[in-house]
Amino acid sequence: MTNTPSHNSDTQRRVLDVKDLSVVFGTGPNQVQAVKSLNLHVDRGETLAIVGESGSGKSVTSLALMRLIEFGGGTITNGEILFHRAQEETVDVRRAPEAVMRSMRGKDLSMIFQEPMTSLNPVFTVGSQITEAIVLHQRCDLNQANAVAIRILDQVRIPDAAAMMKRYPHELSGGMRQRVMIAMALSCQPSVLIADEPTTALDVTIQAQILQLIAELQKEMDMGVIFITHDMGVVAEIADRVMVMRRGEVVEENDVFNLFAVPQHIYTKTLLAAVPKLGSMRGISQPTRFDLPMQEDQAHARLASERAIKHSAQSKDGTIDSPVILGVRDLVTRFDIRGGIFSRVQRRVHAVEQVSFDLHEGETLSLVGESGCGKTTTGRSLMGLTKVSGGQVVFEGVPVNLAQAHSLKSLRRNMQFVFQDPFASLNPRMRVGECIAEPMVIQGLASGAEASRRVAALMERVGLDPSTVQRWPHEFSGGQRQRICIARALSVNPKVLIADEAVSALDVSIRAQIVNLLIDLQDDLGISYLFISHDMAVVERVSHRVAVMYLGQIVEIGPRQAIFESPQHPYTKKLMAAVPIADPLFRRQHKLEVSEIPSPVRGVGEKPLVAPLVRVGEGHFVATHQVGGLY
Amino acid sequence: MTRAFKFLRRYPTIAVGGTLLFLLILMAIFAPWIADKDPMALSPVHRARVPSERFWFGTDLLGRDVFARVVYGARISLIVGFTVAFLSAVIGTIIGLTSGFVRWIDAIVMRVMDGLMSIPTILLAIALIALTRASLENVIIAITIAEVPRVVRLVRGLALSLREQPYVEAAIAAGASPFRVVFKHIFPNTVAALTVQTTYICGLAILAEASLSFIGAGVPPSIPSWGNIMAEGRALWQIKPHMIAFPALFLSITILAINMLGDGLRDAIDPRMAKRI
Amino acid sequence: MFAYTIRRLLLTLPVMLVVALFVYGLLDLAPGDPAVFLAGEEASLEDIARIRQTLGLDQPFYYRFSLWLFNVLQGDLGNSLFTGVPVSEMIVQRMAPTFTLMIMTLCVSVLIAIPLGALAAWRHNTSYDRGVMMVAVLSFSIPTFVVGYMLAWALGIEMRWLPVQGYVPYSQGFWNSIRTLILPTLALSSVYVALITRITRATLLETLSQDYIRTARSKGVGNQNILFKHALKNAAIPVITVIGSGVALLISGAVVTETVFSIPGLGRLTVDAILRRDYPIIQGVILLFSFLYVMVNLLIDLLYRVFDPRIKY
Repeated sequence: MTNTPSHNSDTQRRVLDVKDLSVVFGTGPNQVQAVKSLNLHVDRGETLAIVGESGSGKSVTSLALMRLIEFGGGTITNGEILFHRAQEETVDVRRAPEAVMRSMRGKDLSMIFQEPMTSLNPVFTVGSQITEAIVLHQRCDLNQANAVAIRILDQVRIPDAAAMMKRYPHELSGGMRQRVMIAMALSCQPSVLIADEPTTALDVTIQAQILQLIAELQKEMDMGVIFITHDMGVVAEIADRVMVMRRGEVVEENDVFNLFAVPQHIYTKTLLAAVPKLGSMRGISQPTRFDLPMQEDQAHARLASERAIKHSAQSKDGTIDSPVILGVRDLVTRFDIRGGIFSRVQRRVHAVEQVSFDLHEGETLSLVGESGCGKTTTGRSLMGLTKVSGGQVVFEGVPVNLAQAHSLKSLRRNMQFVFQDPFASLNPRMRVGECIAEPMVIQGLASGAEASRRVAALMERVGLDPSTVQRWPHEFSGGQRQRICIARALSVNPKVLIADEAVSALDVSIRAQIVNLLIDLQDDLGISYLFISHDMAVVERVSHRVAVMYLGQIVEIGPRQAIFESPQHPYTKKLMAAVPIADPLFRRQHKLEVSEIPSPVRGVGEKPLVAPLVRVGEGHFVATHQVGGLY
Repeated sequence: MTRAFKFLRRYPTIAVGGTLLFLLILMAIFAPWIADKDPMALSPVHRARVPSERFWFGTDLLGRDVFARVVYGARISLIVGFTVAFLSAVIGTIIGLTSGFVRWIDAIVMRVMDGLMSIPTILLAIALIALTRASLENVIIAITIAEVPRVVRLVRGLALSLREQPYVEAAIAAGASPFRVVFKHIFPNTVAALTVQTTYICGLAILAEASLSFIGAGVPPSIPSWGNIMAEGRALWQIKPHMIAFPALFLSITILAINMLGDGLRDAIDPRMAKRI
Repeated sequence: MFAYTIRRLLLTLPVMLVVALFVYGLLDLAPGDPAVFLAGEEASLEDIARIRQTLGLDQPFYYRFSLWLFNVLQGDLGNSLFTGVPVSEMIVQRMAPTFTLMIMTLCVSVLIAIPLGALAAWRHNTSYDRGVMMVAVLSFSIPTFVVGYMLAWALGIEMRWLPVQGYVPYSQGFWNSIRTLILPTLALSSVYVALITRITRATLLETLSQDYIRTARSKGVGNQNILFKHALKNAAIPVITVIGSGVALLISGAVVTETVFSIPGLGRLTVDAILRRDYPIIQGVILLFSFLYVMVNLLIDLLYRVFDPRIKY
């Protein structure tokens, strides 16, 4: 079993061989099979992507490979995990004693995790956390370890590595923290890097940088990478081979080009059908439903095919001629940051800086941007959830005073909000029927038997079984809860629905179903949507018009086709370039740069530059002034 | 039925604590039937007798039957415990909810609560009782005042954090009035933690009353409170410990039962509460 | 850091003001005429009138209060109604045993409780953990004075190892003095240890389930370092917070424990004052202990920064 360097075969490159792996949680009658009979292998220099939705067992697999699963209550019941150590013997990770495992973790096998904020110890400096691994595995003193740490920080392209050593995790941005995690994991030059959704919590442009960084480092260190993700776009960008998992089993394994071109298993086909592919809407002007082969509810499947026919028959051009239902002019929202001994205002967050747009009847206007751009704050301000500092709002021709309770209440009869987190959006102590009926009841539109009737109708409309009306929220899945929230929002028959990242927290296939639901509802009821999202591919599917925000201002706004097919503003172009396309044939080479997303915090008295947008096409406007940050 | 049984098996502290407490409540209610002698009856000829057939727990310095006094003493402790728990819960919740929503009230309330909390319970009660006459009502009022800040802190903290929840914002977005938000959304979600905290306060109140009576600042000596009985037995405790031992035993069992119940409820509802309560 | 300290210090002032208002205002709020009360039970009408004049009780509240507060800040806490001796003098005379008792209890408790709680969290769900928790809830529930009597009986009377009552001042020998306080310390510690053990265990359990512990393990860090280096520092803040707020329990317990063991400290002073309705002494003792409590918690607040670099003012 020993690998001698003179062998020049493929097996010399093989670094990990997993056969028939099974992992369970719990004991006795409550036992859950998390992974069943899994086989995988990774070679040096190759990237294996493990793809699946929640509950697929992909994270469990990664933790089992490092034998970390036992600390979380899991047990490996079967299989062997053969790790071919460089110039040494092969170790069966499953049977290795804990002492051997400890010597291997961080040195031969390393892992990076999804949430860089909670995965770094908040009370220790960046430097001490990196040197800890070095001192542990390389038997050197602290000075040498510090030197190695600085070198690896340079390798992950962190500017001013020496100063970074002394900083604490909470002082860094998400992207920086992830780089630190990568540095920590790679400090001892492991043969295999396991990356568990490392970019899921990052903004798109930062994600692109991190993906590029990992690819570079992989080449430099000749290591194997196991990349776990739910994002097919990321898979297409970085993977050499792909393994699709569902409910603990591998349903399909193939090299990346074949998998995307000719998927075999129906689950893989569903997954690929549910993933919005950036660029797939070229030439189509209207929002389009996803064509899902595996429908969870049969009733909708039939309706869906009918609608698809109706849709393709229509072909209007991109612009909407219907009247303006919501007009926003120069909206300003700022937050004060207090500090000092006397709690004086020291700085201000310029969250929304003179934003203006019109929303037409029956259209979807998307607000896109990255963290801190102000899109969520805009939505919240319009709803009265955040106090506005200035601007005018006109609804159906009538001016609205967002600071006045009466005015706000009548606005709320016509405009509703859907939140991002389906789990925190429902009162755990209120039955579902009551949750849905609440806005109706508050606005005095219905009560008693009438309200119950309407609740049942709403539940059917959003694809829920009306007989479940008396259940509690925790008895429903994430997707179902989001449907409940949508039903709740619809209960007052609003003309405008603000969806604040309403599908971002959902699994890919569920996300597609909810997007379909939203498009159907718009068709049937003529609701306008203000769709707030950071996911460009979904936005492409769903919008009539798009507004790109940066540092609290709209830098580009126009019909969806114009924005996606010919973006004008440099930030829009950068955003488009960073989005991973779910097709390996369209892989892009990114620049290995390090840039941060700027913060909208400014000192008191500093006023950002705001200027009117310049027309560059039909309904298409671009900012030409210096907004701040890099643009 | 089996569901209840399985639940109790998972949380044995609820079962044990609850049962003990239930038995003690029974003992308090049925005191006249359990103890045949009058707890207040003086009988100097029988003073300071050790436990015997006739006097199960012996007699105190005035010849009163210790067993009867201990059994009746349960009434005092439980009345104090439950009343203080209830009153402090109600008052504390009202103040806490208001404080969580009206900023200027919050500023004042929190300073006052911090001030009250920095005075140890016993001393606070002592100060209040020293100025009024000793009576059961005054003891209850004094201990309640000392425990209210605890509840206010808990409820206010919960109100502040629950306000940020999306479902509360959804209600506001639908046009809900602050009253509706508080009563339908905030309060129901504080009940769980409030119940656990109230249980602990019940135990603390019983302890406080006993301590106060023990040092002479509690209920009047004629009323048979466990603390009083122990105070009366102080002088002779080295030679005749029975006067202290029995009330001490019952006092400890009662507080233990309540604390076990509190622990069990906390673990059953949300084990993470252990960090706060 | 300096601004943080100043800010925290300034924040304690309103709290102390509330305590002072409470202690002083209670006299007014209580039923009956304050002058009658302060004059004592045997006083004649002239005595009452005289007291009213000397203490300025016919003046408006804010005036009296400010005057009284001014005196207090200079160390004048009034005179005992019973002995006529200045309250501050009586307090200083009785301070030593009480503070020694409290400090000893604090040290002993923290030294025992933290390792106990840490080990219980580390060996979660084993018989050790369950045993520790059972003992903790038991000792938390048994009142301090009951524990005091139990210990006094077992170690003082049956075994005759330690004195069961009285106190020997330092002047007669350090060890002799401490010896008299050992039983009271153990009695008082029983509750404090239980409290700290429980919070240490609960906090550590939560800390050990955090993501950064998983990251540390993935680097190959061993169990000892996981517990002592990574987990403990993060768990420190809730634990020291409870140590600080538990001082109130300590003070309450000291009052009662001194009664059990007949120790002539501030607790006994207070108890005697109750019986005699000597309100100025009660006022003085409350002010002193509240001040102590506030200062201890201020110190704990400042210590937060040592453990958690995220804390800004």
